[in-house]
Amino acid sequence: MAAAPESAGAGNAGGLIGWIDQRFPLTKLWREQVSEYYAPKNFNFWYYFGVLSLVVLVNQLVTGIFLTMSYKPSAAEAFSSIEYIMRDLDWGWLIRYMHSTGASAFFIVVYLHMFRALLYGSARKPRELLWIFGCLIFLLLMAEAFMGYVLPWGNMSFWGAQVIVSLFGSLPIIGGGLVEWIRGDYVIADPTLNRFFALHVAALPIALIFLVIAHLMALHEVGSNNPDGIEIKKQKGPDGHPLDGIPFHPYYTTKDLVGIAGFLLLFCGVIFFAPTFGGLFLESPNFEPANPLQTPPHIAPVWYFTPFYAMLRAVPSFAGTQVWGVLVMGGAIVVLFFLPWLDRSPVKSIRYKGPIYKIALAIFSVSFIVLGVCGLKPPSGIYPLLAKICTALYFAFFLLMPFYSRIDSVKQVPQRVTGHA
Amino acid sequence: MLKRLMVLGVLLLPGGFAAAEDGENYLHAGTDITNTESLQRGARDFMSYCSGCHSLKYLRYNRMGDDLNIPPADLKALMFTSEKPYDTIVSAMPADSETWFGKKPPDLSLIARAKGTDYIYSFLHGFYQDSTRLWGVNNMYLPNAAMPFVLQPLQGFQKPVFKSESVDGQAKMVLTGLELVPPAAGDAHTYLTPQQYDDFVRDITNFLDYAGEPIKAKRESLGKFVIAFLLVFFVFAFLLKKEYWKDVH
Repeated sequence: MAAAPESAGAGNAGGLIGWIDQRFPLTKLWREQVSEYYAPKNFNFWYYFGVLSLVVLVNQLVTGIFLTMSYKPSAAEAFSSIEYIMRDLDWGWLIRYMHSTGASAFFIVVYLHMFRALLYGSARKPRELLWIFGCLIFLLLMAEAFMGYVLPWGNMSFWGAQVIVSLFGSLPIIGGGLVEWIRGDYVIADPTLNRFFALHVAALPIALIFLVIAHLMALHEVGSNNPDGIEIKKQKGPDGHPLDGIPFHPYYTTKDLVGIAGFLLLFCGVIFFAPTFGGLFLESPNFEPANPLQTPPHIAPVWYFTPFYAMLRAVPSFAGTQVWGVLVMGGAIVVLFFLPWLDRSPVKSIRYKGPIYKIALAIFSVSFIVLGVCGLKPPSGIYPLLAKICTALYFAFFLLMPFYSRIDSVKQVPQRVTGHA
Repeated sequence: MLKRLMVLGVLLLPGGFAAAEDGENYLHAGTDITNTESLQRGARDFMSYCSGCHSLKYLRYNRMGDDLNIPPADLKALMFTSEKPYDTIVSAMPADSETWFGKKPPDLSLIARAKGTDYIYSFLHGFYQDSTRLWGVNNMYLPNAAMPFVLQPLQGFQKPVFKSESVDGQAKMVLTGLELVPPAAGDAHTYLTPQQYDDFVRDITNFLDYAGEPIKAKRESLGKFVIAFLLVFFVFAFLLKKEYWKDVH
């Protein structure tokens, strides 16, 4: 099959575009990645969260750059500089709320984006590497969010950093030295804030951007999955394009615009009417400056870390060390990387899987949310027990998957995708 | 559609949890950030009764004047003579004031954001006579507070109401409420009525809510236009999508 010569695009367009195309594959890139990237026509609601992650990423980068212009990364000035941004800088309050709300929005869309993969088997062959890039993005995002949370230098920033950084101290032998090395001091202090700033505004964003590009390249190499879990490339028309595929532009560009508008309605609703979101997005103790002498009444990380924080607390210390909780918390992230190989079902999508997977996924989802609530609450009453049960269920979902996904019943998968939204 | 609503419900659930938790035993402040007259009274009263000890170091006089429609002449009356309109609101406390109270009077710029308006409203209602304390008063909502009761000439004195309760088999006195002490015979001072005192405290609380986030009222009124625009944008985006997708079967 003779592929169209690469110069075809360049030859057709004269003028500036033609001039560029002879020196840089502009038209070629546009065609391959956008106007002739064929995506399944049956994407549903769950397929908005990829593009929304990108929207939030851009929001964080742009607002972050503007915040950097007025923020002072020193223990003496950080807190006041945030109040300067909030009060004296024109529209500073808007930029700051866009950034702080964006942090929470990022985790909401990324969690839903990952849940989509569990629904439709998007991590399965041939998308294993795509999934692994995604997991790395999630891991970096957690580091990025944690360090960003420390920068306002409120009392919760300080004590949150104190708790999280000292987790590394539970590692045997190297623990103590490692914690000192991370902090750059014997306590969370000015050097810690300074280096977290460097990592938050330079190192991690650069790494994130590279990983997002790799994630998109891998996606466009293998093609998008869809709610039916069918490879649309297997059914091609006479023109060589998938029968169930439609060009990303203009079909999904216009459709995503609707999703983005819907997202912005909620996003702006929070920014303008509930920027602290009842103390979840911006916590009350963080409106008091960092005070090493005064612990907040109850230290809890921001909501998006609480499921993992609950796991940490659910594991008791054993043999004189608390490292087990840290290992379980780390394991909860590591196990995600293996998802493509844990699912042994012959079908990808939940639409054609049997009742066992549906029940397992429902239990997993509820457990994750309950863990999130447990992590927000003080460890008393029913919560420690709930956290233990849900930690076990979280791991059971992944570790037992090779068994239950194999014995589960399946339905016949159709040749072509069913319907479109 | 139902599914989408359920997703939204799950997303918004933790918000409900957090809201239900806040200020369990506090009185309800009932402040209104858009009530400019209340804010003006609150500003005046804060300057008379609070700013001697408590600063608002992140709020500038001219910002307050602009936001609360305080004429420049009136604003001048609220300032120390040497201060300029662009100065922030500092207190008259010397650096060693810690030795006076055991604790430096805290800056109140962000008190409403850190503790909530209900807390402030309750705290100013919570002073009662306690001869064991340095200033002869304690506070129901912040036990062993270091602050003397500077609003006593307005409210009068309150005395604690205890109830005997059995805790772990031991009889214990538990503070259940406060009661206004009638003025002593021959006390010619006129106190505020309880209703007047509530309003007085509500104005100061409202003002501190404003001081915590001066942009709050504007943010919310601007937000309505943003949401209205996005609704229109949503409709047009939806129609555009529908038009393009006509030929997808």
